[in-house]
Amino acid sequence: MGMTMTQKILAAHAGLESVAAGQLIEAKLDVVMANDITGPMALPIVKQMSDKVFDKDKVVFVPDHFTPNKDIKSAENSKAIREFAKEQGLSWYFEQGKSGVEHAILPEAGVVAAGECIIGADSHTCTYGALGAFSTGVGTTDIATGMATGELWFKVPSAIKFVLTGSPGPYVTGKDIIIHIIGKIGVDGALYKSMEFTGDGIANLTMDDRFTMANMAIEAGAKNGIFPVDELTEEYLKEHTKKEYKIFSADEDAQYDEVVEIDLAKVRPTVAFPHLPGNAKTIDEIEAMEPVKIDQVVIGSCTNGRITDMRKAAAILKGHTVHPDVRVMVVPATQKIYKQCIKEGLIDIFIDAGCAVNTPSCGPCMGGHMGVMAAGEKCVSTTNRNFVGRMGHVESLIYLASPEVAAASAIAGCIANPEKVGER
Amino acid sequence: MKALGHVFKYGDNVDTDVIIPARYLNSFDAQELASHAMVDIDPDFVKKVQPGDLIVANKNFGCGSSREHAPLCLKTAGVSCVIAETFARIFYRNAINIGLPIIECPEAAKGIEAGDEVEVDFDSGKIYNKTKETEFQGQPFPEFMQKLIAAGGLVKYTNSKK
Repeated sequence: MGMTMTQKILAAHAGLESVAAGQLIEAKLDVVMANDITGPMALPIVKQMSDKVFDKDKVVFVPDHFTPNKDIKSAENSKAIREFAKEQGLSWYFEQGKSGVEHAILPEAGVVAAGECIIGADSHTCTYGALGAFSTGVGTTDIATGMATGELWFKVPSAIKFVLTGSPGPYVTGKDIIIHIIGKIGVDGALYKSMEFTGDGIANLTMDDRFTMANMAIEAGAKNGIFPVDELTEEYLKEHTKKEYKIFSADEDAQYDEVVEIDLAKVRPTVAFPHLPGNAKTIDEIEAMEPVKIDQVVIGSCTNGRITDMRKAAAILKGHTVHPDVRVMVVPATQKIYKQCIKEGLIDIFIDAGCAVNTPSCGPCMGGHMGVMAAGEKCVSTTNRNFVGRMGHVESLIYLASPEVAAASAIAGCIANPEKVGER
Repeated sequence: MKALGHVFKYGDNVDTDVIIPARYLNSFDAQELASHAMVDIDPDFVKKVQPGDLIVANKNFGCGSSREHAPLCLKTAGVSCVIAETFARIFYRNAINIGLPIIECPEAAKGIEAGDEVEVDFDSGKIYNKTKETEFQGQPFPEFMQKLIAAGGLVKYTNSKK
């Protein structure tokens, strides 16, 4: 029986000819990553198994959640992973100032590549599926075991195949497509499964679109999201990594639990309403409703803090000013992206419009710091989760959207259609 | 091994942000985390929970973040078992890894109400609702996971292979 793309990568890393859905395997790991929340908790567990990590080039730490440190406890946690990274002589430790949000910095710095088997102690580790890697989020004990041994057990997942056709409209991005998909299949629609994206339409998606889509596979409950490797992927890999990479593709006769067809031309700008990423409404549905007045906008995160996102938000905000009742935070996801924004004049556009521009951090996305909300406040955010209390008070509300919808909403003071910004 | 206690009942998609909000994740001290367990979905949970109590929920329990702090805070707060229709996959792994017993059983999730007294036999997977005098059969763990649990978690299992 044929294998899915994910199954082929897993089989190769388990040293097996073939694997089947449901099989339990132990696979070798190419990258094992943790951050300043999950990392410190893992260190004593690593030491229970080994004095040394299995490979100093494959164990990675990115302090990004509560950094720049928001309080004494988070400073102690960052210090613990910093000292561990030094003690172990790790090649990849991303210190503040040379770093960024983990799922943006790892592809950018060339730490992850196609064909690899990657785990990260962060649920959005599925992002690297955009590069044609098997990549999934795990917890602290799993990550500690990966760091000590270089291996981890997996249950081989079955898959849903998403066949993407056509080309998305001018204000439709990877974010709109993935919210549309999660709205269609539900927040547990891909539970325990792979989401394998295929089809001619992929050629019409930028790498940043693909990162955004793979990033949110977890919001449908998926184990991983994965894209085939095409010319654009190889161009990206050649520009960013020195690693040798391997291209896997699904067998012609691979079995899928379900095949879902998506015509990208029909996807509209789409927003996820509180309190689930699958609570999708198109911009047309929203325009037919009472306006949703907002207090805050966040443009950034591992989902939408990349250079394409910054450019799209800036193109909308250029020459406009932020609504007087709205606070806007723009957070470029890495230092390199931040610098590119300066070079292209995007930071000028943001600041002239009245946005605060923050240093790279996960901060506001999970109500960590820099953008925590009060009771009753509403936020349009380009992040990935709109759960109760995610960005602050349990009575605050989060609307997940693309950078363009977020920017248009910042100007209008309510959730707004980016197609109509010029009309104001 | 058995669990016996009263039930806290929740619905679909109980996410890790409500089980233990990120604002408390600057610590990984189990007792401190336990003092905030379930705060954003049930602020009285910590005041009411007794050692041995169970959580019963519908589908996709533990969705969202990979924070192992979530099963850890429930276990430390005294929760003896979580029964749900389905679990989110990272929570599922984390719970097994830290030794918080979890059972998938859609029938039990439907047939058990808040406050019911429930007994779970982990060896047989039988769930007995003492209040309503009804019994359910939970999904047994695959053999490999039973080995993990019997070894005392992933760390001990890994060390036993050396």
